[in-house]
Amino acid sequence: MYSQGLIGADSQTEETQEFLDAFQARIDAEEKIEPNDPMPEGYRRTLVRMIGQHAHSEIVGMLPEGNWITRAPTLRRKIALIAKVQDEGGHGLYLYSAAETLGVSREQMTEELLSGKAKYSSIFNYPTPTWADIGAIGWLVDGAAIMNQIPLCRCSFGPYARAMIRVCKEESFHQRQGYEIMMQLAHGSKAQKDMAQDALNRWWWPSLMMFGPHDADSEHGDQSMAWKIKRFTNDELRQKFIDATVPQAEFIGLTMPDPDLKWNEESGHYDHGSIDWDEFWRVVKGGGRMNRDRIAARRKAWDDGAWVREAAVVHAEKQATRKVAAE
Amino acid sequence: MTGVAIVHSHLFEAVLQLADDHLILGHRVSEWCGHAPMLEEDLGLANMALDLLGQSRALYAYAAEIEDAGRSEDDLAFLRVERQYQNCLLVERPNGDFAHSILRQLYFAAFMHPFWHHVAANSSDETLRGIAGKAEKEMAYHLRHSAEWVVRLGDGTDESAKRVKEAVDALHHYTDELFQGSSAMTACAENGVLPDVETLRPSWTSTIADVFAHGQLAMPEVAHPQTGGRMGEHGEEMGHILHELQYMQRTYPNLQW
Repeated sequence: MYSQGLIGADSQTEETQEFLDAFQARIDAEEKIEPNDPMPEGYRRTLVRMIGQHAHSEIVGMLPEGNWITRAPTLRRKIALIAKVQDEGGHGLYLYSAAETLGVSREQMTEELLSGKAKYSSIFNYPTPTWADIGAIGWLVDGAAIMNQIPLCRCSFGPYARAMIRVCKEESFHQRQGYEIMMQLAHGSKAQKDMAQDALNRWWWPSLMMFGPHDADSEHGDQSMAWKIKRFTNDELRQKFIDATVPQAEFIGLTMPDPDLKWNEESGHYDHGSIDWDEFWRVVKGGGRMNRDRIAARRKAWDDGAWVREAAVVHAEKQATRKVAAE
Repeated sequence: MTGVAIVHSHLFEAVLQLADDHLILGHRVSEWCGHAPMLEEDLGLANMALDLLGQSRALYAYAAEIEDAGRSEDDLAFLRVERQYQNCLLVERPNGDFAHSILRQLYFAAFMHPFWHHVAANSSDETLRGIAGKAEKEMAYHLRHSAEWVVRLGDGTDESAKRVKEAVDALHHYTDELFQGSSAMTACAENGVLPDVETLRPSWTSTIADVFAHGQLAMPEVAHPQTGGRMGEHGEEMGHILHELQYMQRTYPNLQW
């Protein structure tokens, strides 16, 4: 899963024009920038922010789906769900490692998440009250994540681009798994079909918001595009997602909760109704249903685990001391 | 019942008992997912839950095949009542803190690893040999992982040592039940299908003693071993596990998911 269009990165930078031009020439030549290469401070800061948001999104994203692990309806679904949530944790781990190559520690990033300084994708501030939410998240949220992340496989920063290749393969599997859950529900009893439609109604608009504000309202799109951190604008990615997803809903007999959604022959895309950006900003700023609960759960895990992490460090130190004493 | 039917019934009961142990422990371990002390443990615990639930699935599927009464793996896993589950009490104990959960894992893995090793090498039942071949490797990992943690905690900080000692006090008296063969298990041992569980005790005791020695933990004297799970006599927490586990199947009966 992916953080929505980057929120609040500061790409200002103070290097000489000569340095910036030389860096831009490498970017334009499609060279990968590696951790020890010279890079503008703004580039480094933007990537730390972006990879950090992405990593946090993976970790917080374990919670809404984790909510259904102990209640999954069959053994097959339970095992697939745990494996999926575990994959998200694995993505978090690669991403924290990729960010660490830029000189920021996992502990520091975790503290920023817990203090509210660092953002994560707002999509995870919506609750998962029914089993169909697990299908809808896989289908829509992971589907939107893939749209965002496929271009990131060509991101100019090498470690991020390489991490995205594996992440995208796993997300693609998750998306199919989610769609298969929805298909099963949509072809099931009335109660199951209603559950699927209700989940689609709740997740469709927040999924569209995952791509971030409209291009006209996006603060830092241009510099990120020039540095080839991003390859497509928020609106371009959102449109790709809508065009890919609407026929999938039709195929299983579900209805998109947007009366203005219609195919536009002329543009070759779907037109859609207006997105409620007030809701988007309210959730980004902490006013979503689950914002407090998500951070409280992460803080509890971190605080409750402190003595375990400390014990591991102290034990390793004791072992090292004994080894020296024995030599 | 004919002789063949009795053998079948014992095999069914014994496989079901094994499946129940793995399902209930897998359920408990899966509760950690997303809440572990560190990201590496979120992955590690999820992995162990996946192994246990995967083993339970293979065992329920085999039990359903032996029974041949039209019940599926999910019917057996989700649609029985408390007294029909035969898991040992150890696996249903609440997660508690990380020390409790990891010690519970050590106790179970130190039993199941030699158990599956014996089945893989000696069982007359081909399906169980297949399940055991995979499970033995998985339990070797669970054993190593949980043993390393018990040592780290026992020989870590004062707090971690205190917590793991508390876990030993809380859980050790449930371990004797691992070596209590039900009548079905005993019958399967006599037929060469499964090991006689009592014969695994020396190996278990020596593994635990070794880990405890490294972790500076004392082997406790158990005055009153707690048993009953094998006869379906569970603790108060079992109903709550089933309440969650069975929620969807009970709320929406007879549907495909």
